[in-house]
Amino acid sequence: MFDRDLWREIFQSINMNRTRSLLSGFTVAFAISLFAILFGIVNGLVNTFDSAFADDASNSIFVQSGMTSKASNGLQAGRRIQFKNEDQAWIKEEFGDKVQYITSRVYLNVIATFRNEKSNYSIRAVNPDHQYLENTKVTYGRYVNESDIKNKTKVVVIGRLVEEDLFLKTTAIGKYINLNGIQYKVVGVFSDDGGDNEERLIYMPISTAQQIYGNNDYVDQINLTYNPEMNFDAAIGFSNLLTKKMKDRFMVSQNDQRAIRVRNLANESKAINQFTFILGFLVLVIGFGTLIAGIVGISNMMIFIVKERTKEIGIRKALGASPKSIVSIILLESILVTIIAGFVGLVIGMGVVEFAGPFLEKYFIKDPSVSLSIVVGAAITLILAGAIAGYLPAKKASRIKPIVALRDD
Amino acid sequence: MLKINKLHKSYPIGDSSLHVLKGIDLSVEAGEMVAIMGSSGSGKSTLLNIIGMLDEADEGEYILDNVPIKNLTEKKAAIYRNKFLGFIFQSFNLINYKNALDNVALPLYYQGLKRKERIEKGLFHLEKVGLKDWAHHLPNELSGGQKQRVAIARALAADPKLLLADEPTGALDTKTSHEIMDFIQSLNDEGKTILMVTHEEDIASMCKRIVRLKDGVIIEDTFVEQVRASQYV
Repeated sequence: MFDRDLWREIFQSINMNRTRSLLSGFTVAFAISLFAILFGIVNGLVNTFDSAFADDASNSIFVQSGMTSKASNGLQAGRRIQFKNEDQAWIKEEFGDKVQYITSRVYLNVIATFRNEKSNYSIRAVNPDHQYLENTKVTYGRYVNESDIKNKTKVVVIGRLVEEDLFLKTTAIGKYINLNGIQYKVVGVFSDDGGDNEERLIYMPISTAQQIYGNNDYVDQINLTYNPEMNFDAAIGFSNLLTKKMKDRFMVSQNDQRAIRVRNLANESKAINQFTFILGFLVLVIGFGTLIAGIVGISNMMIFIVKERTKEIGIRKALGASPKSIVSIILLESILVTIIAGFVGLVIGMGVVEFAGPFLEKYFIKDPSVSLSIVVGAAITLILAGAIAGYLPAKKASRIKPIVALRDD
Repeated sequence: MLKINKLHKSYPIGDSSLHVLKGIDLSVEAGEMVAIMGSSGSGKSTLLNIIGMLDEADEGEYILDNVPIKNLTEKKAAIYRNKFLGFIFQSFNLINYKNALDNVALPLYYQGLKRKERIEKGLFHLEKVGLKDWAHHLPNELSGGQKQRVAIARALAADPKLLLADEPTGALDTKTSHEIMDFIQSLNDEGKTILMVTHEEDIASMCKRIVRLKDGVIIEDTFVEQVRASQYV
């Protein structure tokens, strides 16, 4: 196989039959680059959807309160429902294992200052579990913890962009930030995949906010995640039961849609999962389709090449070529053409994905990319398939009687 | 040199079969120059193909240079063809994408010779047929006579014991035919054994022995006075 003369023969044959080599190479290069491009586009679509829903944990349930819209239990419509700390504790107690993480939220708006820098920010006063619910990534320092809640410490965890805005190029950890006239110590900086708005937030312990800004135990919203071992139906059942029990607890009519609102992300993530599944299926179909098209192309090419070279094979056999040498010369030539063309197709396909990628974001295609290993795998599959598809005609050609091949027609 | 006993060959045609060779006995000594003649369908090409191991007989005995040629595997046939035989075809059968030198050197490649040696030998044989200056030309840049001379150089390259020619002048005009025959005669003068199939009487008369076939049997086998082709050139 590593006989130099054999390769010389093969290169001569490729070089002197350029049209044939280019045509068969084109089939392969086209299949591989198409494979890479389509794969990249679908990956880009998947990325778009992944990042659109990366903000919150996909098993989140949000419980919000409002005004009653219907009279019930002798109470008039238009009553304001207010959650308190005890409601969070009650949910945890009532549902136990079904709740994975739970936190309450109090919303505030503040003017924050540090030295000469000043700006408006939203504050979320939360429990420690909030970090997992919101997929908050603490870049350095720490998040709000239980001891903060207990001691009502004046600490904050600020977003990456808050640090950028107020602390300019310096680090914020350990420094004191002024929120509406009260000094808070910065104990952590976080980042969030949910976008710039999520990174312009400030987190503080909920107990601190309740004491300083209202001296009550009011809560604006309760967020929780259900046990991820629950399947879709169980999750929906859980949130329905939660809704019902909350309505009973606050003496709200069961068909009042405004007073207590429960939003379960399982409903949304189910649709997303289905969509991602269909995209994945599409990837498979596209992959198989292009590969099969490529394999059929190569097989056709091989049959054509053997047909075209029948006379040459006859001459070679009359001059003393063994069947083995005939098979190897035909097969190695086609494998060589396939490898070179496969490489060209790989470079073109990945190049297109790489360079066109940034311009495609407005078409919902984010960072389209193909892993090199997948494309190389596809190329190897194609080469192997080409070799197998080429072996049969080559074997057949090696059995041609020279007398048949040399017949003048 | 070559001995054939009761050789039979038939080809299947639909349900029946066509009996082409019906018991051929032929023996050729080293240094002979034999013309096999006959009308088309007489079996002369089939006989030549069997002698050239391009085809196999159904029945009978064929001994070439004391080696019985029988039940050959493809591989063995390839080795024997390479070692014993040189072919000259009516339509030259050069490989069109290889230049004259590469065509001549091809049998040497299958003998496993080194490239340097192949080029050396190839050039030597091209010089012998007077085409050394054309070594790097492709076949389609050569005239018919030149192509046939390249083919002859290729047939000689592996130094075969027996040269087989199938209508070697069939595609050439009279003048070129005579040049080629003159060259083949000179090879025979040097001692090469030559077997050729032809249907032209004047070409046959330039051999030393004429074997006539009709309907698959030899009807005449005579030694003749060789007409030298050089007188026409």
